Amino acid sequence: MTPADIKEKPIREEEGSQLVRPRPTHHLLSIRVENKFGVLSRVAGLFSRRGFNIVSLAVAPTEDDRFSRISIVVDAESAPLEQVMSQLNKLINVVEIKQLHPDDAVEVELLLVTLEADDKITADLQKLIKSHKANILEQNDRFITISCAESPGKLDQLENLLQDYPIVALQRTGQIALPKLDFLSK
Amino acid sequence: MKDYKKGGAMELTGAQSLIKSLEQVGVEVLFGLPGGAILPVYDPLIESSMRHILVRHEQGAGHAAEGYARVTGKPGVAIVTSGPGATNIVTPLADAFMDSTPLVVISGQVATSAIGTDAFQEVDFTGITQGITKHNWLVTDPDEIPRIIKEAFHVATTGRPGPVVVDFPKDVANAKTQWAWPDKVDLPGYNPPGEPDPEAIRKALELIYAAERPVLYVGGGVINANATKDLAELIELTDFPLVTTLMARGAFPDDDPHHLGMPGMHGSYAAVTAIQKSDLLISLGARFDDRVTGKVSAFAPQAKVIHVDIDPAEIGKVRRPDVPVIADCALAIKAMVKEIRKASKGNKTIFDRDTEEKQTAWKAQLAEWKTLFPFAYDGKGESNYGGPIKPQQVVEELSAAADKDTILVTGVGQHQMWASQMWSFANPRTWVSSGGLGTMGFAVPAAMGAKVGQPTKTVWAIDGDGCFQMTAQELITCSQEQIPVKIAILNNAYLGMVRQWQQMFYEERYSEVYLSADLPDYVKWAESMGCVGFKVTDPSEVGPVIEKANSIYDKPVVVDFRTDSTEKVFPMVPAGASNDDILVHPSLRERLSRE
Repeated sequence: MTPADIKEKPIREEEGSQLVRPRPTHHLLSIRVENKFGVLSRVAGLFSRRGFNIVSLAVAPTEDDRFSRISIVVDAESAPLEQVMSQLNKLINVVEIKQLHPDDAVEVELLLVTLEADDKITADLQKLIKSHKANILEQNDRFITISCAESPGKLDQLENLLQDYPIVALQRTGQIALPKLDFLSK
Repeated sequence: MKDYKKGGAMELTGAQSLIKSLEQVGVEVLFGLPGGAILPVYDPLIESSMRHILVRHEQGAGHAAEGYARVTGKPGVAIVTSGPGATNIVTPLADAFMDSTPLVVISGQVATSAIGTDAFQEVDFTGITQGITKHNWLVTDPDEIPRIIKEAFHVATTGRPGPVVVDFPKDVANAKTQWAWPDKVDLPGYNPPGEPDPEAIRKALELIYAAERPVLYVGGGVINANATKDLAELIELTDFPLVTTLMARGAFPDDDPHHLGMPGMHGSYAAVTAIQKSDLLISLGARFDDRVTGKVSAFAPQAKVIHVDIDPAEIGKVRRPDVPVIADCALAIKAMVKEIRKASKGNKTIFDRDTEEKQTAWKAQLAEWKTLFPFAYDGKGESNYGGPIKPQQVVEELSAAADKDTILVTGVGQHQMWASQMWSFANPRTWVSSGGLGTMGFAVPAAMGAKVGQPTKTVWAIDGDGCFQMTAQELITCSQEQIPVKIAILNNAYLGMVRQWQQMFYEERYSEVYLSADLPDYVKWAESMGCVGFKVTDPSEVGPVIEKANSIYDKPVVVDFRTDSTEKVFPMVPAGASNDDILVHPSLRERLSRE
């Protein structure tokens, strides 16, 4: 078990992986927390203190402004999931924890990338943008910034393809997820 | 500001609201020390019915509140100022967190407008204490004071008890507010377990009925749950042997033949070995601490495990149980007792003949270990042994002279282990020691708090000379506040446990462990703090001086027992070793080879 720090680990270890879901070594937790001062710090602090590793983390208020939802991808090798969940459950501000199996969840992550783009590669790029349902956010005579909201696996594919282009900056958000509709009523 | 629609709301300051809220939850005693940021709260304290005990150091306030909590079962309350006042109570918070002690700390904080500016005596106390409290609150709205205080006491005392912090900015204390006591606590994310799952109880009983070599592994949770009567009933019904951990000493009488003593690194041979050889380990409110398990992979290798705990995160943290029971310990034991009574239908035994025969052989084996491997030391029982006083002799004589209600408090180290091994406990909440954190300096302030909580009971602290020097100043508080505790210093002139490890594992290279027996002069120091002081150097004087100390009721007493520096704590399981590799006292090693 590696101590302390919350580390950003690459979601994929192998280049060109065709996986569209997180590997079994990762778990996706959807944590409903009270929307109060310092809650994110409590959750992040718990991971750090207990030696659990975070792969990615996203947090935002929910439809009910008393609560926020933290979507967190946990490195399953750093600790048994059961222990991670029961320690999280002890935090007073944590209201509910759901483990979302990739088969039971819709998962989306956002990617932003700025590329050097002259006229010549724009045609190829347009194709790539179209095929990945990406959007052009900004463009001038030297650079282009595009966004893409997709499953983490598809973003991996896109990121691989983008390696052929001169990337200036690339940023991903970490995934967020909700249960599939079939599981909503359960 | 919120609207108060309910009747009974009244206007006051935030400080008055805090005091009124503390009175409302039933606080009787506060241990504390004022300073800048908490000054507004100390003003209305003058009119309050609550007793405030002015400590000499905030660490003393925290440990005193812990001692109070441990002997009464009620939450201990400490109040400190911001900055250094707050950081000085970090150690007691961590101590209470490790030992599941209900503790509420009210800390002053700089004004909300100054938070984050590195203001005078500002620290981020909720940040600092995040990992060592069950929860903490920074009060920003004076109207929320009653609600937060109600929540804080609820969280500290329910479920697995623990420490909480309420950080209280100065401007919140000075603001005008209204006071209305909330009807109920609304914490959607906090639902401590209560009754056990009947299915889990059924599975536990299946294992119990089939057990050939059972041991009950009793932890501090049994005391926290006030489950000692239920435990006694369970033992009466099953006739099972038990061990009590350092946190559970007093949960069951030591003189009962079922009791094998304390398990762990310095546990009795019978307790340690019974667990190792058991085929069923019934853990009741214990947490498989490394000081109990030794090398985890070699711990109780043949045992199936029933793990009863109110904290779901303890289940499977160290050892995966065969049957987890997530419940309040008292309710879980009651459920077991009820089911066993139902199943036995008045029969004398609940086991089939074959199982019972095997259990009988097992108990005979345990009894033999108990006889063969008692807590031994050279010169035990020999009146003419001579030489320096053996520290174990002091513990034995103190215990023999004490009545069954006497409360024993310790610091941390060799003296603590001897006290736990050799004191004969009869009742719960008569033992107060720092377990999980191992906090040197715990004894004097914790004894003070214990005496405040149980003023009619005698409170003895057995302390080390190293420990005593860390927090002895609270004896001044004891004298001034008329809290007559008794302190027995086992003065071996060393940081004894460190010395023992250096002797055993560092080739007798004694690095920075010598303290001196005469510096300070403990008798003069005691007297200067308003206590009665004694010094004992001769083994024959131990008993008479204890008698003298026991006859003093109106003042704190300090006895400086000059003990043998070379004495070591046995048995011992070296750190990281398997419990099978237990080292018994040298005088008993021959018996071990015959085993």
